[in-house]
Order: sequence, then C-alpha cells, then structure tokens
Amino acid sequence: MFKGKFIDNLPKIYGTYTGGFIVFIILMAIAEQAGMSAKLIGIFFVAFTVLIYALIGYLSRTMQTDAYYVAGRQVPTVFNGMATAADWMSGASFVAMAGGIYFKGYGYMALLVGWTGGYVLVASLLAPYLRKFGCYTVPDFIGTRYGGNLARLSAVIVLTVASFTYVTAQINATGTIASVALDIPFEIAVYVGLASILMCSMLGGMRAVTWTQVAQYIVLIIAYLLPVFWISNKMGAGVFPHLMLADEVARIAELEAQFGLGEVKNSAADLKQVPKGLSGITKAHAEVNTTPWKFISLAVCMMAGTASLPHVMMRYFTTPSVKAARRSVGWSLFFIFLLYSSAPMLATLSKLSLMDPNLATGIIGKSISEVQAIDWYQNWNQANLMFVSDFNGNGTLELNEFFMGGKAVVLATPEIAGLPYVISGLVAAGGMAAAMSTADGLVLAISNALSHDIYYKMINPRAETAKRLIVARVLLVLIGFAGATIAALEIQGILGSVIWAFDFAMSGLFFPLVLGVWWKRANAQGAVAGMLGGLIAGSAYLIAVRSGYPGFWGVTQLTFGIVGSLVSLVLMVVVSLMTKAPDAATQRMVDEVRIPSGKAILGKQH
Amino acid sequence: MSFWVMFRLLTYREGKKMSKQQQHWEKTRTLLFITLAIWFVFSIGIFFFGAEMEASSIRPLGYPLSYYMTCQGSLGIFVILIFWFAGRQEKIDEEFGYTEREDD
Repeated sequence: MFKGKFIDNLPKIYGTYTGGFIVFIILMAIAEQAGMSAKLIGIFFVAFTVLIYALIGYLSRTMQTDAYYVAGRQVPTVFNGMATAADWMSGASFVAMAGGIYFKGYGYMALLVGWTGGYVLVASLLAPYLRKFGCYTVPDFIGTRYGGNLARLSAVIVLTVASFTYVTAQINATGTIASVALDIPFEIAVYVGLASILMCSMLGGMRAVTWTQVAQYIVLIIAYLLPVFWISNKMGAGVFPHLMLADEVARIAELEAQFGLGEVKNSAADLKQVPKGLSGITKAHAEVNTTPWKFISLAVCMMAGTASLPHVMMRYFTTPSVKAARRSVGWSLFFIFLLYSSAPMLATLSKLSLMDPNLATGIIGKSISEVQAIDWYQNWNQANLMFVSDFNGNGTLELNEFFMGGKAVVLATPEIAGLPYVISGLVAAGGMAAAMSTADGLVLAISNALSHDIYYKMINPRAETAKRLIVARVLLVLIGFAGATIAALEIQGILGSVIWAFDFAMSGLFFPLVLGVWWKRANAQGAVAGMLGGLIAGSAYLIAVRSGYPGFWGVTQLTFGIVGSLVSLVLMVVVSLMTKAPDAATQRMVDEVRIPSGKAILGKQH
Repeated sequence: MSFWVMFRLLTYREGKKMSKQQQHWEKTRTLLFITLAIWFVFSIGIFFFGAEMEASSIRPLGYPLSYYMTCQGSLGIFVILIFWFAGRQEKIDEEFGYTEREDD
C-alpha cells in the first residue's frame, strides 16, 4: 500500500491512521449501543491508543546517533508542527486549562496569551539559529558557542531542574488518567503510565518520539474538538462555537447577576465541609478581574519560559533546513491555537449548561435533593470532583453552594451535556495522549543532555556509537523511574509545577540562549554567571516567598522567573564586559550561525 | 527583553562600507525589531488597558474586546505574525544569496 520512502508517504500513513481512529470511535459507539459497559469502553480507548503508540515506537527503533538524537533531521514542516504541538500541550493544557478559565476567568487567560506568544520569540530569536548550529541538545549549543565544560554543565543543570519539575507533573497526569480509565490504584497506575511512556521513546529516541507525537496530536485534537462542537450544537448555541458564543457569554453574565454571584460569602465552617481541591464559582465569567501587571507578568514569564524550555527547542533541531525550522514554528502554533482557542469555549458551554435554568442540564436553582439524585452528579461526587451542600438550609441549590474540581470541566462536561459515554472514553484517551507526549519529550530532553553532554562530551569522548546509545537508554529509564517515584508521592498539583518549570527555564536559560546568537561579545564567564546566578536567584525567591516573605514588585511564586531572569541578564552582561571578549574563532562561528546557508557548525554525526 | 533589542538598535553605528553579510544581518535585525514590536503590542501592550478594552464599543463577533483578545485575537495574530516573519526572512536570505540548497 505504501511504496517508496517513509517520509514521502507521511500524509497517506497518518491519513489512514486518522481514518482508522475514527472507525474505532464509531465501533465503540456501536458497542455502547449494544450494551458494552462504560468501564470496558474506557479500558478499550486507553489500551488501544497506547498500544498503537508503542507499536510506532517499536517500528522507529534505531542504532544511529543522528536518528536517535534529532530524528535524522528529516521531519517535514507540518508534521514537526503537529509533533511540537503534542510535545507542548501537556496534561495541564488538556485537562486543567478549561477548568482554570471556568473558575478564574480573565486573570487565568494570561496563560493562553503567554503560552502562544512565546512562539513568536522562538521563531524570531532562537529556533532557526539553533537549527543552523546543528546541535543535538540545547546544552550542546551553549557548550560549543561559549566553549568550556563549565558552561555546558551549567546548561545541563538548568535544563534538568526545569524539565524534571515539569515531567513529574506529566507522569502524575498519566497515572491519574490510567488509574481512572483502567480502574487500578494510583501508585500502580503511575508505573503503568511510565511503562507506556518508555515504550515510545526507548528504542528509537527522538525518531520514535516524533512519530508517536504526531499520532498523539491527532488523538488529542479530535478528543478535544469533537465534544466542544457536539455540545455547542446540541445546546443550540452555535454550529461553530468559536465564532458564535457571544450570546452565551452575555447570558452567563445575566445569570451571574440573577443568582447573586459574590453576594453571599460562605463561612469558614461551611467551606470546611467541601472536599479538598474543589471550588465554587466566585469570579465573573468574562469580566476583567485582575490588575494589568498581574496579567502581564504572568504572560511574560510564560513567553520567556516557552523560548527557554529545551524539550520544545529540540523539536526544531529535527527539521531538514533552517527555513523549515522557521515555518515549522508557525505550524506548531497553528496546531496549538486549535486547542487553546477552544478551551474558553468549553468553559463557557460547561458553565452555561450548569447554570441556565432554561436548559435541562441546569442545576442552580433546583432543589438540593433533586440534584443529589442525578446520575452524573453521583458519579462525579464519588470521584471527588463535585459537591453540593445546603448551607443556608432553604432546600434550593444556590450558586455559592455548588463546588467542582477543575478537571471536571473537561472530563465531566460531555456526560453532563448528555453525550454518549463513548465521548468520555475518547476524552480520557486524549488526556492520556497529551500527558504522554509531553512526558516523552521531557524525559528524552533530560536523558539526551546527560548522555550526550555529560557522558560523551565530558566523560568519555571516545565512546563508540553503540555504547553512547546504550548509555542514553539506560539514563532514559532511570530518569523515568525517578520521575515516577516522585510523582507517586503527589507533592504538588499539576498546574503549579508546570508554571514553576517555565520560571526555572526562564531564570537560567533565556538570556544565555538569546544573547548567544544576538550578542557576539557574550562570553563563557558571562554565560555561566547568567545561568547559575539566574537559577539561584529565581529559586531563592521562590523558597523565600513560599516560606512567608511578602516579595516585591508584585512578583509571586508563579512569576519568580522575572527576578531570576533579570539577575541572569545583569550578571551576564556585567561579567562578560569585565572579562575577555570571545576569540576570533567564536566570533566567526556566531557570524556563520546568522546565515542560513553553508555547513552546520557541528557536523552531521558528532 | 525587547527593550534590550531596542537599545542595541539605537546604539548600533552603521559602518561606512558594510560587507554583504553585515547588510544581511542589518536587515535581519530590522525585521526582528518590527516582529517584536508587533508581538509586544499584542502580548503585553494591550493588556495594560484591560478595563478600557472591556468598556470599548468594539465587540468582535459580539464578544467583549478584552475577552476576545485573550481567547482568540492575540493568539490568532501570533500565528499570522510567525508566518509573515518567516516569509520576510526568506526574502532577505534570498536577496543576499544565503538560501540553503535543497540537498543540504
């Protein structure tokens, strides 16, 4: 069926895959009608998709370094865009984002702006130049541009701190979904999730991760968009929700006034009854509810963090050319936009379906006992994601008496809106795909930095290819297990640690990367001071704020990257200017990086 | 960050005779400056005026302007901006003969 080269056949292969997946959804829908149990449908969805990813991972196995580290540098623009989108959109984007918008409204949407605007920085400041450089990893660029093992080591440290913070959250998310869908305890599910993550990446490195990420993007985008369009049409809100929900947004504001949003404050004693992690609607849906600085500082941190996170940057090392790397950033953002612009629409539909008394699904204003008798309420109450309580004792459910978990917006809305269970199974598979694809990218980024930059470049430069790739795989497994072990402890929430990862990356890597291309005078001493100083300053601020220090300039524990990166910038410029300018060879290297044509700085195999 | 770029641009002294490569870099840098200026407006600039946007009578597709920009407007502009930037940069590279060969 597929003659000729694999790369030329990609559209056909993934077209067939998408068709096959849709057929699978239809088969499941038929099976549901025929009486298949909800639990079995969930198991089928998660198991089937994970097996496909593992198969792709197996078929992409390799023993060549450039295939293992950069997928042979032949990933076409559009496909690299899809892979980056999956790499980028984590369990947090898929499961938690719509919930955040639902509860916090405008203030939270700074994340939408930040997580997309960062790609403009990636495209214009970094990606094409790092692609021209021909490096395998981000520390590879730092180490070669600035020279010296200390610079390389500092970059590896920052990369590991940022990516490891991020990856525990993703393994946690795969564990959560696997434990719900397969009905096994969380502590075991975490390792099931880890096993599926490793199956995708261990044999084929970047090549395997690339082709599974494309497959995961297709699953996650179908799983996100299908319910949004379906619910919108079912509610009669609009055929194309993104363009047509203005009336619904206005209607929510009307209902908020009618139900007296914010008029009744719950007492502390009442709130004690509410299970941990659930919250009520306390903020208006579409009102500007935050100060400009709060909004902007969060967006700035997410943007600079995007441009410094190594697992994203290394995706652009896999394109065939500099030109393709640039265009590929555009495609990445386009594919991300498809999901991000849908999240606020899902939040709107979810909120309206719960609030509007004119809709059959509306529960606010109904009697408490009536709500407690609803099937879906009982299910999600059992899962600890929904709660009602008659605080004022009038027998009616008031707006301030309804509580929900952030995850429920994505996970429960299809069921609330009366969609068949097959959609809930699909959403679980989508969440699994989102968390797995990001975890894969992160684990690979860390283990590649350790195997290539520490083992090969610093410890044993004479190691032969086979040995290097074995070391890379052993490290991959070790890091995966370390991540899973910490994830099993459940120290912090998914979203909080994701935001921290961005701040860590921004603190240590943003300016050393950008100035490496855009400022010839930057030297090794400056870069080391910038990376380590930034990371230390950022971490110190985070620790101080968490132990009670009020902070300054309105910088919170979510935006500590501002402090870190400013310290990094100042240190880098001052120390660079105080020490010797880089030698002529380095200056020529920077000149060479700035033009797309000609040979890469580092050879094809290095 | 873009203040830094602005500073570099303002303090840059143009040499009398620029080599081909310097001219190429000069144009590349101007393009970067324009791109970052547009980026700055839609990622940071307009959000100084959240309250004003909310009160504005401009309502794209009927949404309040502040709501629209955060959930679609700015995001869409970024997508277009990157493709526009990529196209312009390709033209600059072509002009100076720095385009990569296909078999590279």
